[in-house]
Amino acid sequence: MLGADAMAKCLLEEQVKVVFGYPGVAICPFFNSMLSVDINRVLVRTEQNAAHMANGYARISGKVGVCVATSGPGATNLITGIATAYADSIPLVCITGQVDSGQLGSDVFQEADITGAVESFVKYSYLVKNVEDIPRIFKEAFHIASTGRKGPVLIDVPIDIQNAAISKFSYPAEVNLRTYKPTVSGHVVQIKKVIKAIGRAQRPIICVGGGVLLSEASENVRDFAHKYGIPVVSTLMGIGVMPTKDPLYFGMVGNNGKPYANRAMNESDLIIMIGARVADRAISQPDLIMDNTVLVHIDVDPAEIGKNVGPHIPLVGDINTIFEQIKKYEAECNCNEWVETLNGYKADAPVRKKPRSEYVDPAEFIRMLSEKLDDDAIYVADVGQNQMWSCGYHIVKAGRFLTSGGMGTMGYSIPAAIGARAAAPGRQIVAVCGDGSFQMSMMELATMQQHKLPIKTIIFHNGYLGLVREYQYNTYKGNYSVVDLSGSPDFGKLSSAYDVPFMKLENMDGADKLIDDFLGTDGPALMEVMIDPLDVVK
Amino acid sequence: MKRLYSVLVENRSGVLMKVAGLFSRRMFNIDSLAVGETDDPDVSCITIVSSGEKGTLEQIEKQLNKKIDVIKIKTFSEEESVSRELMLVKVKYNKSTRKEIMEICEILNASIVDMSKNLLTIQLCDTPERTNLLINMLASISIVEVARTGTLALQKCNLSD
Repeated sequence: MLGADAMAKCLLEEQVKVVFGYPGVAICPFFNSMLSVDINRVLVRTEQNAAHMANGYARISGKVGVCVATSGPGATNLITGIATAYADSIPLVCITGQVDSGQLGSDVFQEADITGAVESFVKYSYLVKNVEDIPRIFKEAFHIASTGRKGPVLIDVPIDIQNAAISKFSYPAEVNLRTYKPTVSGHVVQIKKVIKAIGRAQRPIICVGGGVLLSEASENVRDFAHKYGIPVVSTLMGIGVMPTKDPLYFGMVGNNGKPYANRAMNESDLIIMIGARVADRAISQPDLIMDNTVLVHIDVDPAEIGKNVGPHIPLVGDINTIFEQIKKYEAECNCNEWVETLNGYKADAPVRKKPRSEYVDPAEFIRMLSEKLDDDAIYVADVGQNQMWSCGYHIVKAGRFLTSGGMGTMGYSIPAAIGARAAAPGRQIVAVCGDGSFQMSMMELATMQQHKLPIKTIIFHNGYLGLVREYQYNTYKGNYSVVDLSGSPDFGKLSSAYDVPFMKLENMDGADKLIDDFLGTDGPALMEVMIDPLDVVK
Repeated sequence: MKRLYSVLVENRSGVLMKVAGLFSRRMFNIDSLAVGETDDPDVSCITIVSSGEKGTLEQIEKQLNKKIDVIKIKTFSEEESVSRELMLVKVKYNKSTRKEIMEICEILNASIVDMSKNLLTIQLCDTPERTNLLINMLASISIVEVARTGTLALQKCNLSD
């Protein structure tokens, strides 16, 4: 058995169903060995998208996503995808080929120090120096990626190690890492403090982040909110924990969030942050909150607690485990009046200014689209205005909302949708992007077509890098610099070049029927939606 | 505020880069850093002196703890530690300064470990303050070069230990 066979066998042992990758000579032994195991292989069109596909796969399956690239440029192309996963704590194992270990450090063809280059974007990385280490390293990598605060782990395997004979393959049953033991259960003393704080609070609010979804704790957190009647807001990454129409849900916080969600945070006397980083986009002035508010911060990563804001009650552990523990306690909490106040704020919220009628109103369109989607549909938003409109107006029923939150990586939606499809072949999947972000990963239409994936892609076409244009309008008095997307292809022709059905929506007339037809198409389909070039997020 | 971190790490290649990279990426200060093997050849000890506000000093410990190659961190203030630094100073001397240099060495408990017709190498192992003092005392005479290990530190023994 060769090292490459051992690598493939390790993936089997980890019950990996699919790998997303792009071959090159330095990873060819591995891809050759993959022919003899029952694991799907998806050829991407650029390596960055392999990491995004693994990301989408991991978020929907709850398992580790695997992506593979060759040495040198293959590996360096993965980096943005790895950083995207790191910023959103998505579990990935990234496998890269490397040049012959005897030649490491001599700058031979396609050599890149990838473990060095990704150091600040990975949870851990390995450069395999001995073929016998492969089973242990893979076992550790999958364990590290999927436990504690999840994240990407990179394994760099020189080609001579892949080609070396391994004397005995035995996959370890357990990992033995003396330095890595993430906290799982919450400290009972802290839990009791949280319960006590709930009993004292008049205006409590729960703010859910991506950590709730990562820990698969949505149901427990929802039950907790309903048990005490505590209103809930979410960060961008926490969208989907609560169904949009839940009477206790008050939308997304942050500078692109709902004004009533931010007001709820500011006026609350008890904030329970769950799996959220208290990052700049969500809470622009952490100091403001602290004045007369008790802050509870529940997170699996002790380093997140106190990083941006010092909480009164820190609670470290796996969120789902903690809420299993919290279930056992009782507190009196009556916040009906507070919920009524928030409902009042919600009713008074300013209505978004409609764009010119010759264009599609993105808010209206997204609302209409999401009402038509299956209950468990997966909606993947890209980055930019399309993303902000999506998180403002998409209605989550029992499905998922995916987007690149922490890193804000353009071009995320299409590959992530492909990854999501691999994880949930039975579910409806929509990718929504702008004409800028679409062009960052439109090459993956080929991947979609190759595997006949019924993913529905929507392009919001406004001819600009809209969110930057909006920023330049506000900050530089409309002096636009390098945001004009003239030169974009005719998306209809592009679509037919890929043999993907195409539809175009010029304005809201006939939107209803066109969306029905679009969603009813077999296989992949592309819809171009014309947006007012001057339309803004709010 | 100064703080000392005695960080036990797996003795593997790349670990120092990971620890040092963490400090640069998160804008943490490194006042001094010293690395060496411990009694266990699989374990190295990195002694880091850093300074910053309370919150930053806490983050340093938490972020270091997240590194999978980090086994254990002990952190203590200057007062709670016994800290030493080894320094070698090469100075130029002549007949008129030789005596003065020797006097300074005697006062500060430094020893002369090498010499030629014009040059002397002085060794001092002491607290960072006293190694600085030696430099200050010799500065007016003519220092050729200085090499320092950076601070090594262990927590003070407790009487009850």
